[in-house]
Amino acid sequence: MNLLFSRRKISGLLAVLPAHERSFVEEMANFNFPPARSLKLKSVMGYDKHRLVDGPVCASDLACFGMEHLFASGKLSRDDCDALIVVTQSPDYLMPPTSSVIQGRLGLKHDMFCLDINQGCAGFLIGLFQAFFLLEQAAVRKVALINVDVISRRTSPRDRNSYPLIGDGASITIAERSADERPIHANLKMDGTRREALMIPAGGLRLPSRPETAVLEDDGENNFRSKDQLRMDGTAVFNFVQVEVPPMIRGLLETAQTQMEDVDYFLFHQPNRFMLEKLADQMKIPYEKMPSNVVEHYGNSSGVTIPIAIAHNLRQKLLTASIRACLAGFGVGLTWASMLLPLGPLDFCDLIQFP
Amino acid sequence: MPEIAEILKEIRPEFDFTQSQDFLADGMLDSFDLVTLVSDLDKAYAISISGLDIIPENFQNIAAIQTLLEKYRQT
Repeated sequence: MNLLFSRRKISGLLAVLPAHERSFVEEMANFNFPPARSLKLKSVMGYDKHRLVDGPVCASDLACFGMEHLFASGKLSRDDCDALIVVTQSPDYLMPPTSSVIQGRLGLKHDMFCLDINQGCAGFLIGLFQAFFLLEQAAVRKVALINVDVISRRTSPRDRNSYPLIGDGASITIAERSADERPIHANLKMDGTRREALMIPAGGLRLPSRPETAVLEDDGENNFRSKDQLRMDGTAVFNFVQVEVPPMIRGLLETAQTQMEDVDYFLFHQPNRFMLEKLADQMKIPYEKMPSNVVEHYGNSSGVTIPIAIAHNLRQKLLTASIRACLAGFGVGLTWASMLLPLGPLDFCDLIQFP
Repeated sequence: MPEIAEILKEIRPEFDFTQSQDFLADGMLDSFDLVTLVSDLDKAYAISISGLDIIPENFQNIAAIQTLLEKYRQT
């Protein structure tokens, strides 16, 4: 599905990372693998450090911390936002929506639209689409898009398939109308037949959490996880990304009548360095135009990785300059989406630590 | 340039890769070893194996890997 927007912009962006940094080398003992094999994997995949919450920290805790930071620093006023979109796969509750939790905790006005979206690694794009749709309404002048996940709380520390690469975090992206009439092209595809490639099998109503769903099971490759925890079919996900993402990007650029060389940065979701470099090689994108360093510094925090990639790599540049950015997200669903837009100059672009 | 068997041996020294026709089915390589193998082959042969070629069938045994590498030598 092709989408077309205009007179829309991202005006500010804040990433929130748990202060506690863990290292892959320290965690290697949890995995049932010889250290030499794990170290080899570390260098190939880019596993090094990641940020995970301590204890019972919830999505709304990270989100409210970030929003309060914006209020306190004068970058946003409590009544500024007419809509609050929260994209998460680790909500505080099954009900009420985490967006309502955040609205209530922050004391935001009642005259606003609060919405949760259950999406993951494509969640920044999906949330941005929704924000841009909402801005069609005259009553909506500014949207706060919050991507947040504390997926470490549902990931087995003994699962080398997932645990070394995951990260927790939140981002707050402000979307609003712009005077810039240049078209913003985007596209989106979904395939629910492949939904089991990334899932947490238990905890919903299909398979409620019970003592037996909490039992660790060997996946046959020495990874131990329970049905209450994240399960990722790494081979299926890798193939999905390599097969679907390049044609999606080529289609986007063709629709936008834009050459690959005219894009300043390809800011993609950050699953791991190996997968991103293989994508870059396949599409002949120079590595310096496609950052792949988020996993090694912070871990993969699903929908938060694109804002983190922006804040980590381009913070200073985007406060004064505008770039032509190609964003792409791909993951749970399965879902894949991309957008070509002018990005910057931003009113703010920060990366802060929680707490 | 190291032989394919040597590269495999370095990843999993405990196995004799010349004796298997299906490394994955025989439990000699797992999905992460495959990633390591691709990275090592890329470096050893100064190529970049396409993400589209990183499928189990291309790494089943030494002959399959040789066939895959041949494709990159020709391009």
